[in-house]
Amino acid sequence: MSAPVIAARGLTKRYGKATVVDGIDFTVAKGEIFGLLGPNGAGKTTTILMMLGLTDVSAGDIRVLDHDPVRDPLGVKRRVGYLPDQVGFYDNLTAVDNLAYTARLMGIPAHERTSRIAEALERVRLDDVGDKRVATFSRGMRQRLGLAEIVMKRAEIAILDEPTSGLDPQATVEFLAMIEALKREGVTVLLSSHLLDQVQRVCDRVALFQAGRIVLMGTVAELARQVLGAGFVVEVEADAATDLDARFGAIPGVGSVTRVGPDRYRLTSERDVRPEAARAVVAANGALRRLSVDDPSLDAIYTRFFQKQSSTAEGARNAA
Amino acid sequence: MRREGSPWQGLGTVLVKELSDHLSSARMIVLQLLIVLTAFAALYGAIDQIRQTTAEDPFVLLKLFTVGRSPLPSLFAFLGFLIPLMAIGLGFDSVNGEHNRRTLSRILSQPIYRDALLAGKFLAGLATLAVSLLCLWMLVVGLGIIFLGVPPSSEEIARSLFFLLVTLAYAGTWLALSMLLSVVFRSAATAALVALGIWLFLTLLWPMLSPGFAALIAPPDPRYELLGLPTPATAEWQQVLLRISPNNLFDGAAISLLAPDTRSSGMIYLNQLQGAVLGSPLPLSESLAIAWPQAVALIAGVIVLFVAGYVVFQRQEVRA
Repeated sequence: MSAPVIAARGLTKRYGKATVVDGIDFTVAKGEIFGLLGPNGAGKTTTILMMLGLTDVSAGDIRVLDHDPVRDPLGVKRRVGYLPDQVGFYDNLTAVDNLAYTARLMGIPAHERTSRIAEALERVRLDDVGDKRVATFSRGMRQRLGLAEIVMKRAEIAILDEPTSGLDPQATVEFLAMIEALKREGVTVLLSSHLLDQVQRVCDRVALFQAGRIVLMGTVAELARQVLGAGFVVEVEADAATDLDARFGAIPGVGSVTRVGPDRYRLTSERDVRPEAARAVVAANGALRRLSVDDPSLDAIYTRFFQKQSSTAEGARNAA
Repeated sequence: MRREGSPWQGLGTVLVKELSDHLSSARMIVLQLLIVLTAFAALYGAIDQIRQTTAEDPFVLLKLFTVGRSPLPSLFAFLGFLIPLMAIGLGFDSVNGEHNRRTLSRILSQPIYRDALLAGKFLAGLATLAVSLLCLWMLVVGLGIIFLGVPPSSEEIARSLFFLLVTLAYAGTWLALSMLLSVVFRSAATAALVALGIWLFLTLLWPMLSPGFAALIAPPDPRYELLGLPTPATAEWQQVLLRISPNNLFDGAAISLLAPDTRSSGMIYLNQLQGAVLGSPLPLSESLAIAWPQAVALIAGVIVLFVAGYVVFQRQEVRA
């Protein structure tokens, strides 16, 4: 891992008495896709705004590309591209004119502007609608135009806030492919989202936010080990006269058995227990309908994490 | 802690973009038409009146601005009334409009400070107003030459140009006020309503209310009342209160510039009139000296209101 391009230490943001971001530490290495996830209001956007110097830092320290966003926001903003949540454009201007305005704000020299705008629009496949007014654009096209702005800027870090929320599945897939293309060019991508499967699809590492803190951080596989304990989740769909829970539970290596539907069971285990599970169903004279093993999904990690937390909280309450 | 980089970076770009937005907007065309049409009506009345009543006057061109034929008020009274409307129309949605279009965070993530955005918008509004006023001035002078057949003297041109500057400061006050409101209120409609409310209050209600307030602060002396004279203290207070309204300041400054025989915009005591040749015009330099306090007050108003907007804007969160 090369030297970090973003490094936060004890980063804190308070509004009056409310602490929105509470002493978070993280680093992002050059060229990786880093995902910030968590429920709405967990402090993701505020963290992003602090990185860009768009909001003050209450305590702690953050460096972006060796600039301090508090003192030298222009230095940061020259090299970092930002796609805000639900990005807006000037509807009365065309896509090209919108980009031309930001190109001038970026200080791109006049003779390069036209070619860089055309290049960026082509990259996000908006080159055929460049001279249409943005008012006619769909949500997906606006997001892509926002990405074109980052491409045009030749940003070293692209910060994307909820880039795929509200997009249809087709547009989402296309957009994620564009993000991966950015990564291939060596751009570091910071992505905030609450859509977990998408984050899992593209992110190298993720940080899970909750109430202003980073509660988990690492690759998806690491998080799975940490939260789910065992790495394997086996789903069985079978009907049988007798109860299967006990039989599954008796299989060596199975951590827990949960019933997720009328005839559906979910087993977590240290290893792949599909053969034993099948045998158990047959032994109970049941009909096996489906048997599958899941890779650890971020969704599962996420749900499990918050389940665990609420149960420990409950336990604490009961103890008290 | 000092921030690095120039606050003016991007100012020119913002200015040019906003100026082109203003000049091509439908709102601007409507406001221009309103002002030009009322100006024509006022001029028509003034020219007719001047032809009938004025035999010889060294300042016949200036009379175009100050003479009205009932029921139409004079051109400068019209301007005093309509220019706030135009300035409010240009400024009321300048900042909250960016918020609501969700363009603010995208623009501010470019390497510019907020200073450039706010100052650029203000200067663009001021430039738009200056262009409109200059056009109006040329229209008036041109029509005056055609219909009155008298070439303007250099002093008339100088006086009317100074009047133009005072008008611009007056317009700037309202522009700065409406921009302040556009920073404070997220909804453009609220900002517009509050601005129009303040405008109506200061131009229509305040002149009616201030005598009452003056009498409360400095009760009239019965000895003066017996003589049927205003009490000096009360009258002075009334004037002080009236001068809170930019409208009153504009009237005072404009009259002393446009009517060269104006000797004071305040009260005159008899002993001050000793040796004065009533009705004889003052030289330009002395008219300027009379108009100076009001003009300075207007410029100070522009600065104070702009700074207030600046401070609020700097502290505001950019997220929607």
